[in-house]
Amino acid sequence: MEIKENIHAAPAVSHDHGHGHDDHHDHHQSFWTKYVFSTDHKMISKQFLITAIFMAFLAMGMSMIFRLQLSWPNHPFPFLESIIGKWGKGGVLDSGFYLALVTIHGTIMVFFVLTGGLSGTFSNLLIPLQVGARDMASGFLNMLSFWFFFASSIVMFASIFIEAGPASGGWTIYPPLSALPQAIPGSGLGMTMWLVSMVLFIVSALLGGINYIATVINLRTKGMSMTRLPLTVWAFMITAILGVLSFPVLVAAALLLVFDRSMGTSFYLSDIFIGGVPLDQVGGSPILFQHLFWFLGHPEVYIVLLPALGLSSEIISTMSRKPIFGYKAMIGSMLVIAFLSFIVWGHHMFVTGMNPFLGSVFVFTTLLVAIPSAVKVFNYIATVWKANIILSPAMMFAIGLVSFFITGGLTGIILGDSALDINLHDTYFVVAHFHIVMGSSAFFGMFAGVYHWFPRMFGRMMNKTLGYFHFWTTLICVYAVFFPMHFIGLAGVPRRYYTNTAYEGWDGLININELITVFALLAGVAQLIFAFNFFYSMFKGPKAPQNPWRSNTLEWTAPVEHLHGNWPGEIPEVHRWPYDYSKPGAKEDFIPQTVPASETPESNRPGDH
Amino acid sequence: MNLLLIIAVLLGVLVTARLLNVVQLASSLSGEDKDETQARHDKWNGIGMMTFMIAGLGLMIYMTLKYQPFMLPEAASKHGKETDFLLNINFAVIGIVFFITQIALFWFVYKYRHSASRRAYFYPENMKLEMLWTIIPTIVLSALIITGLSSWNRITNDVNKGDGMVVQVYGYQFNWITRYAGADNMLGKSNFRLIADDNPLGVDVSDPAAADDIMTKANEMYIPVGQPILFEFDSRDVLHSAYFPHFRAQMNCVPGMTTRFYMEPTITTAQMREITGNEKFDYVLVCNKICGVAHYTMKMKVVVVEQAEFDSWLKGERPVVPAPEVVPAQNNQIDNTVDNNEAANAAV
Repeated sequence: MEIKENIHAAPAVSHDHGHGHDDHHDHHQSFWTKYVFSTDHKMISKQFLITAIFMAFLAMGMSMIFRLQLSWPNHPFPFLESIIGKWGKGGVLDSGFYLALVTIHGTIMVFFVLTGGLSGTFSNLLIPLQVGARDMASGFLNMLSFWFFFASSIVMFASIFIEAGPASGGWTIYPPLSALPQAIPGSGLGMTMWLVSMVLFIVSALLGGINYIATVINLRTKGMSMTRLPLTVWAFMITAILGVLSFPVLVAAALLLVFDRSMGTSFYLSDIFIGGVPLDQVGGSPILFQHLFWFLGHPEVYIVLLPALGLSSEIISTMSRKPIFGYKAMIGSMLVIAFLSFIVWGHHMFVTGMNPFLGSVFVFTTLLVAIPSAVKVFNYIATVWKANIILSPAMMFAIGLVSFFITGGLTGIILGDSALDINLHDTYFVVAHFHIVMGSSAFFGMFAGVYHWFPRMFGRMMNKTLGYFHFWTTLICVYAVFFPMHFIGLAGVPRRYYTNTAYEGWDGLININELITVFALLAGVAQLIFAFNFFYSMFKGPKAPQNPWRSNTLEWTAPVEHLHGNWPGEIPEVHRWPYDYSKPGAKEDFIPQTVPASETPESNRPGDH
Repeated sequence: MNLLLIIAVLLGVLVTARLLNVVQLASSLSGEDKDETQARHDKWNGIGMMTFMIAGLGLMIYMTLKYQPFMLPEAASKHGKETDFLLNINFAVIGIVFFITQIALFWFVYKYRHSASRRAYFYPENMKLEMLWTIIPTIVLSALIITGLSSWNRITNDVNKGDGMVVQVYGYQFNWITRYAGADNMLGKSNFRLIADDNPLGVDVSDPAAADDIMTKANEMYIPVGQPILFEFDSRDVLHSAYFPHFRAQMNCVPGMTTRFYMEPTITTAQMREITGNEKFDYVLVCNKICGVAHYTMKMKVVVVEQAEFDSWLKGERPVVPAPEVVPAQNNQIDNTVDNNEAANAAV
């Protein structure tokens, strides 16, 4: 209701009376409706971002604690006891809590930071602003989406404090381990809270996703055809479609797991003898869970990655002052990746006892993903070739993303090859692979997005020097942390081991483990610099100009002061695609989408769209 | 290692120093022309990108050489030699792509830094180029898919050959038990409801096939060299994964479902001790699927010996179905493994 009112009210206010407009709203927008139960997509995007930043620091802190154990096994760090209490008796991390940390670290990073934080922040901020809409298709559902996300974050956070500890069967929660509290303490109340939290999270993801899709399809401004959409919007829409199709399957998997845990069914359980007694549940299969889980789990990888690729496409083109190379090929490759992502899930299951023939089908589809990915990489490189590059912090992070995407993507070719996966499955090689290609790439995309659109979010600029410092320390640390993990994996060290010295043959690797931990700690310090820069600039940063990066897209035509409804007057009309940078003959090196062809006779060329 | 650390620290110091430099520049320039500040940023960060790329690639090569000795030694199984060869080919292919793309990326970023006097080259698309870098990866990947799959099919089809000596590997929290099929090369049936202190595998002793089955006493597994072995994996409680890093073999143990893996060890433990120059070297079987708090302790020594030695070792192990005259008092498998569970019990 309120949205409608605003939408109708907004056009009545002219440019000159922008402040009057704000005042007008202040008087029936209390603190609660403006900052808490907001239906404005810009505020919701900030809510997502700030929640995700807190969750990211939590998950990063956890990784530092378990890195200490991995490089200095059983060495007492007295401060641990003061942080984690009984789980760190005498300063030595408990082996069960180690698994809990690994589990919650993975869950938070994958879902709460890189899914909720990335899509939630940037889809919300950019979809309405870049397609030229007053707000999301449904502001109310959008608000619900955030609040489900927030509730799910609270449940996940709370699960850390329960007596038996949080879920600890790994972020993939494979049953029977996750189904049987007798098997691991974390599979008691902790696992229940994990499942509750994830179901809330999925509700949030679905509400968000449906909204994003509806907005892109229905609320594009005049002239904004699908082939004039910025690649960010394409990426967000494809991501939302992936989420809407795959997340419900995780609900199904979780629901069956709940039945197995609490109601005595046996979807995933069979022939189990534990705690000195045989269980009554027979006839189920743990493999079924894996199929259901990875049917979401694999598209999830692209749910994490595609928005980051979309953000970086936009940033690389803008800061290179050059059109993105192969706009249509970029869209096409995203569509192909999205399609393939649904038929590759079995590559997580080559050695689970799945039929080897089925395995070979998945090898085929998996390695096919490398083709559209290669196209994307080559297109990025072609975009920076003969460009005129402004190295803003956002651009640096976008370049970092491409570098990680190459490094991590290439090792995927090895892991996707079932014959090679036999030996590398579940080793540190896998840890290295996905932390680089999914974790670091997506994180760099997110950082790039924050630096680039911070002025759009908060009307202020972030400090560049701190931004560069953040970039360089993070880039170096991330490579130093994850690249050496390939060596550990090739030495055959399994992941999720409490000590990497369980077998004598791995003792020689302790130096690498120390190196990794030192750089991981440094990386953590670098993130504090980012947090400082972020929160400081939010209040004290210099005021942002209207279009700080001289960008073509619509969001930079909306006033710096936020209005509910985005544009004070008419919504601008779109006349061209978003990548007219350095067009020969043009007066400036950019032509915003709102400039009609009739105003640029000097630079029009055949085939413009 | 120390050298590596020094290089890494130096790199860090260099970057920090350079950044502090930029901080000072920026503050001294504040109020001056903004474009000029950005031009300095572009220049120094461009140089930084180039430096990072060269130093990074150099360190990568250095580390790969340096850590070569810590990687898995020579594959000790027939199929392992094949997959190792395949792995090296894959590494060569992705290595080439890696170097070309990373160098191009960082070099272009350095080379095409912003200049106010220049415009970027307006180059939105080129169908031929797009086709080129769609088709070439397709061809390369096809080759990798074909070689990978033919290897995979051979490895997994061997399970059905029927010539392997059947060995059961049974996982439970947090240890392994091995059972040999005996002369008939058939394992006796088992049922999880029959599991008891003196029957840890739940073997159905009324099954004739179980009569000659032999279970190992201690926490170790012997296998003969040059003899194909068909592993049958089972689990009592949760998922485990039987991972033999040196044989490049791995298969999950799934409760309620028997999984199989066929392989032929080619190097005895004694020979491997010579190859590695480590007289204490032992093959190992580790659990590679998170299975509980003591997951990391779940391992078993694997000993590869000549056939004759294997035969005499097997004679000393106990049959699953106890002969009446033998008193099986000291052969309680569960008792034998209690020590290995200490960590688990302490943690619980």
